[in-house]
Amino acid sequence: MTHYSPQTIPQPKSQVEDTALEAVNLNIHYGSFLAVKDVCLKIERNKITSFIGPSGCGKSTLLRCFNRLNDLIETFHIKGEVYHENQDLYSRHVDPVQVRRRIGMVFQKPNPFPKSIYDNVAYGPRINGFKGNLDELVEQSLTQAALWDEVKDKLKQSGTALSGGQQQRLCIARTIAVQPDVVLMDEPCAALDPISTLKIEELMNDLKSQYTIVIVTHNMQQASRVSDKTAFFNVEATPKGKVGYLVEYDDTVNIFTNPRQIHTRDYIAGRFG
Amino acid sequence: MTSHLAESTPLIHAKPSLGQVLDKTFIWITRICAFSIAGVLVLIAIQVGIEAIPAIKAFGLGFIFQQQWDPVKEHDGITGIYGILPMIFGTLMTSFVALLLAIPIGVGSAIFLSEDFLPVSFRTVLVFLVELLAAIPSVVYGLWGIYVLIPLIRPLGEWLHEHFGGFFLFGTSPSGPGLLPASLVVTIMILPTITAISRDAMTSLPPELRQASIGLGGTRWETIFRVLLPAAFSGIVGAIMLALGRAMGETMAVTMLIGNSNTVNFSLFAPGNTISSLLANQFAEASGLQVSALMYAALILFVLTLLVNIAAQWVVMKVQKF
Amino acid sequence: MYLSRKSSDARSIFNKAMTILAGTLVVVALIPLLAVLSYVLIKGFGRLNLDLLTKLPPPPMVPGGGIANAIVGTLIMVGLASLISVPIGIGSAIFLSEFSNPTTAQWIRFATNVLNGVPSIILGVFAYSVLVVTTKTFSAYAGAVALSILMLPTIIRTTDEALKIVPQEIRWASLGIGAAKYQTVLQIVLPAALPTIVTGVTLAIARAAGETAPLIFTALSTQFWPNSLSQPTPSLAVLVFNFATVPFKNQQELAWAASLILVLLVLTTSIISRFALRRKTY
Repeated sequence: MTHYSPQTIPQPKSQVEDTALEAVNLNIHYGSFLAVKDVCLKIERNKITSFIGPSGCGKSTLLRCFNRLNDLIETFHIKGEVYHENQDLYSRHVDPVQVRRRIGMVFQKPNPFPKSIYDNVAYGPRINGFKGNLDELVEQSLTQAALWDEVKDKLKQSGTALSGGQQQRLCIARTIAVQPDVVLMDEPCAALDPISTLKIEELMNDLKSQYTIVIVTHNMQQASRVSDKTAFFNVEATPKGKVGYLVEYDDTVNIFTNPRQIHTRDYIAGRFG
Repeated sequence: MTSHLAESTPLIHAKPSLGQVLDKTFIWITRICAFSIAGVLVLIAIQVGIEAIPAIKAFGLGFIFQQQWDPVKEHDGITGIYGILPMIFGTLMTSFVALLLAIPIGVGSAIFLSEDFLPVSFRTVLVFLVELLAAIPSVVYGLWGIYVLIPLIRPLGEWLHEHFGGFFLFGTSPSGPGLLPASLVVTIMILPTITAISRDAMTSLPPELRQASIGLGGTRWETIFRVLLPAAFSGIVGAIMLALGRAMGETMAVTMLIGNSNTVNFSLFAPGNTISSLLANQFAEASGLQVSALMYAALILFVLTLLVNIAAQWVVMKVQKF
Repeated sequence: MYLSRKSSDARSIFNKAMTILAGTLVVVALIPLLAVLSYVLIKGFGRLNLDLLTKLPPPPMVPGGGIANAIVGTLIMVGLASLISVPIGIGSAIFLSEFSNPTTAQWIRFATNVLNGVPSIILGVFAYSVLVVTTKTFSAYAGAVALSILMLPTIIRTTDEALKIVPQEIRWASLGIGAAKYQTVLQIVLPAALPTIVTGVTLAIARAAGETAPLIFTALSTQFWPNSLSQPTPSLAVLVFNFATVPFKNQQELAWAASLILVLLVLTTSIISRFALRRKTY
């Protein structure tokens, strides 16, 4: 389990604003094709929110809107707004690079840089012009990612030499080293074995006191284990193609024991996937 | 104490941040580098063309058909008569003889090295060795040609001239440098091009093609001749065209072996000249109109190789979309 | 047995014959390689001694001397050429692989391949008219410029391939942390592709060192130490050309020795590059 030294006990952020991220009438387009329609969603601070739903419902696409990573796709554009700290992330003057420093992402397939473990974690702080004690920051990040004990003697080893589960925790350490507000996770355990998955789920629970976490997952049991709030998305066929939409969003315990929408009920019961 | 990095810079700026400016600059620098390639090509054409203008004005298209190349002869008030018919002949002759020999050897090797006649490790070594042929500098081939190849083929040449002297290819007696040694060395130098690209064309064929033919009862060589070669045909054609381009531009070995005589002679043993050898021999000491005439010759060579290479690239590009 | 085929059957004979023919052709292709390498090794080796690497070329018929000035000249000009072509080449490849749209990239790659096919003598002609005529002197600069144009396509091609192999996820990870594009390219993508890029540059250098045509009327040659970058400069490749055609045995021997050095350079870089390219990071 993780150990905190007295200096690193996290301070809770002010409770004035409880919403970390908000999507308002968000419609996601690729060219003229509408991929996800009309999402209105408030992600609460310091909670774990999970996006679940059948494949093709746009949950990963929606996730990538929160850190402007969809910008890399040429035909992508949105209608509607995405707010973080009362700022519209898609307003004209916003620099996507700055957005990504506040909203980090962990990907489905672990993708450590072909550098040493230390340099993997130090990369983010370095490019941000971090002036403090880098060693301390690296140790703290690796500790929070439940990886420090396993790698503290081999920080110079290549990040790619670790096992799958360790690599993913390294990627998490790398992401939190820049101290973002929000950590987005796109099916982070999909490529891992059950034991590594469990470690990461425990880790998420420890992290939420300092970060807001949004996780996309195919695994309903994981969502019910790990998240505080759950958003269920579905896909519907239209003449133009398949469009994703938000069906229901509530506390996890409600979604799984007492869903209000029939599609949610059917999905939870495993009637489709 | 660690600091909160993200909050140190505001999210919204009225003007672009340093990072955005650096990004834009970086992309522009790389863009300029990339476009400079096309720029260089255009520049070469323009520069050589401009320098060639005096000679073009003086001789026009007759340059191509004129056999004399004499920098001191007076003619119509101009000092020097220039024509490159013998050089064009030499360039084309050496290239075609080289292709004639290199195609069967190259394509045959490509076939042998793309099928599994030999275990993979052997094949890799042989492929590497054939590629090595291309790495040896042209001038080393020239040196070897002078002291090893020419003495070697002399007896053969004399025998051919004695017995088949009537045949136009063997019309003169071998006197050392000539079309044949030059062509032979060019053959060696373009072999790797033909082999490598033809081999690529054959190995990138879908395995289903081979399986279909074998499945119908075809033998290995029937499959090769009737199915694989036709399918890889455009790739092989591209390889040959690239090799032609290389052969026409080949300079040093040819200069050292061709004899530098400005005559048109169909005998393989007669000395001759090529456009590239002309340039190699004369540029250093040329002046006045001669320089312009040399530029004109260079322009013609440039255009010739450009056309062949563009056509070859186009063919090879079509094939690589397999 | 209706399922067996007699080995004396026409089809079988044809197959065997063709296999033997094809194998023979491969042998024929490799005989010149063996011949050239062995002659250069034998004739050059005999002339290898310390003097070769430290002394100036002797006058005709005088024994001794060396090709030290040519070695230095080659180093200088290939070095200069690398200074020009490596940044431009890598920059172009970065644009092709990271920033340009597919159509533009296709055309630039096409242009690169066309440039690769331009005869090296034409590059010499170009450098001659742009630099030698205007500065009224043969120079190492002119030679280096011609060589740099020669090296560009090789560097661009190998760097392009090297960058293509770096997985996309690595770039996303870097961007996801909030790195700018130039940081991602310079600190993550380029280092990952570096071994292959270095191999490509090494191959380009080896090729440039052996090229004569771009130098014979740009840098010309001298019998003395190179003393200025804007003066004629000797080189190994031009030395081979000059000494190959003189009737003086002592100078011919130097030509073989210089050839040996060039061939060894080319051999080692080819072999090393083969191994280096095998052990890619991905």
